[in-house]
Amino acid sequence: MTEPLLQVRDLRVAYGPVQALRGASLNARAGEVVGIVGESGCGKSTLAAALIGLPAPGATVSGEVRIGGDDLLALPEPARRRLRGERVAMIFQDPMTAFNPVLTLGDQLIDFQHRLAEPRAAKRGRARAMLARVGLPDPDLALHRYVHELSGGMRQRAAIAAALLMRPPLLVADEPTTALDVTMEAQILHLLRELRGEHQGAIVIITHHLGVVGELCDRVYVMYAGEVVEEGTVEEIYHTPRHPYTRALIACDPAHVAQGQGHLPTIPGRVPDLAAPPAGCAFAARCPLASARCATPPPRHRFGPTQVAACYAVAP
Amino acid sequence: MTALYELSGLSADLPLPGDLLTALLPMRKPRLNVLQDITLTLRKGETFGLVGESGSGKTTLARVMLGLAPASMGERRFQGEPLSAPGAMARLRRGTAMMFQDPVASLSPRMRVGEAITEPFAIHREGLPDRRAMAIELLARVGLPPAIAARYPHELSGGQARRVCTARALALNPALVIADEPTAGLDVSIQGEILNLMSDLKDERGVGFLIISHNLSVIRHTAERIAILYLGRLVETGPTAEVFAQPFHPYTASLIASEPNPDPRRRRADLAIRGEIPSLLRRPKGCEFHTRCPLAAPQCRTLAPTLREVAPGRSLRCHLAGP
Repeated sequence: MTEPLLQVRDLRVAYGPVQALRGASLNARAGEVVGIVGESGCGKSTLAAALIGLPAPGATVSGEVRIGGDDLLALPEPARRRLRGERVAMIFQDPMTAFNPVLTLGDQLIDFQHRLAEPRAAKRGRARAMLARVGLPDPDLALHRYVHELSGGMRQRAAIAAALLMRPPLLVADEPTTALDVTMEAQILHLLRELRGEHQGAIVIITHHLGVVGELCDRVYVMYAGEVVEEGTVEEIYHTPRHPYTRALIACDPAHVAQGQGHLPTIPGRVPDLAAPPAGCAFAARCPLASARCATPPPRHRFGPTQVAACYAVAP
Repeated sequence: MTALYELSGLSADLPLPGDLLTALLPMRKPRLNVLQDITLTLRKGETFGLVGESGSGKTTLARVMLGLAPASMGERRFQGEPLSAPGAMARLRRGTAMMFQDPVASLSPRMRVGEAITEPFAIHREGLPDRRAMAIELLARVGLPPAIAARYPHELSGGQARRVCTARALALNPALVIADEPTAGLDVSIQGEILNLMSDLKDERGVGFLIISHNLSVIRHTAERIAILYLGRLVETGPTAEVFAQPFHPYTASLIASEPNPDPRRRRADLAIRGEIPSLLRRPKGCEFHTRCPLAAPQCRTLAPTLREVAPGRSLRCHLAGP
């Protein structure tokens, strides 16, 4: 097997007393689409920021984020900045704030190529080709537009074009369709699906939406309270989930529940306070299978070559 | 079945921001037609779902129904009484309630929860001997402990704020509650709580709900009948199970097919719909949907179809599709 393109080892991020990420490890290989799924407060956005080496100011970070061998967190900022765009790029949830409102799209897409020693016209041509590739109608006109002149779906397409412009091997997408309507969401998912064939690298999709995972991903990491509680192929996670949290999460999704069933399932209780996280399993307080042993950290059980779940109760 | 709320031929316009010249001259101000020819009947104690994408006029329809925005044409009847009748607007306000899309923003940041949820009694001059006891009872009805009454809105979680807004909406035992995106911003493990609560309240108290959402899976689980709105016009109405099992309108079909499926075995390779919803400022001529419709024929570009009944309880606005 080849060396994974992205390797995250025991990543911990704390904002003052709040431990947002508590030892997350994951990897992504070239050609793979990896989903990171979880609910609010599970550390998804903190992880996304760490993947591009942009933790929030004041955050305490430890662990490794290796992209093609280099530990992003150990590098000085100028070297880190060089990796961004060249080796990793991000598609943000809100493309309106990801672009500069006072520059045209064309000017920004040319600026993003500032490391290439090429004439401006060549950069403009590449920007135009990329906008055409992501399905912006009339890319020549789009180069002259400001971001506020584009619709939500077109803005997200432009953001994808911007991320792909330097052909980085690792692409991170943080909730890429959350701000969009369902028909536009389907079109952006379709575009990402097409691009994954052309893109030689890895794509990491961070989302709370199981539908997005099901439509796009090869492998999934399920996060809860700052930890990865289960990993596996998308098929394993959806059809044979092992961790009680993964099972409950899938059971709650209205798309999963048969129609006409009176009551929707829910997960009783709340996510633990991450300023004082429990010593053992973070899900124990809400878990139907919890027992006394769950007060100590659960073992990571392996189910076959690809599936791992951190739980005492679900030994293989 | 008795009608709770009837809309017939309802249209609504919103004023457009004009330039200085139009502001100074005494001519007609420019207006944007948002809703057109909406005919709809909500029954007593039923949960009705209104589906549409952003810009389809869902929220405007809710505002017009509650009298928060004027209608430019057509008739609204609440419990059989036209809103134009004297005193009807006051009875409408007393008998309906709204759950707004953003629960925290719809609660005054300076009012404790207990005051906020009992304020409807003061507004409608209903006698309330023990405001505190009523606050606790209302909170109990939505499954919140009495201690919440002393909190301020910023001290609530997203799910709690939803419940507080539900408690406030129920304060005066309304016949109709309009819920605008009741699960927006909630995690999937919490959204079931709110939807279950609404369905219990419907069963126990006979409250009628109009649920406005763009989330099809939420609507599919809660509503008995649905209406699909596209650019301010109803394109299809009918019982939820039937519409989902066999959507007639090509827009309804593509909406249902666009919903991402969490099951990787049912992953889709094709694309159900292309393009985006046109701007209301440039409403297409003829059928509004013809710019994206897979069935579009020459007549669709010129002639707008009307909403017609195509099967018992099911209506459709399309020249070509049908059972």
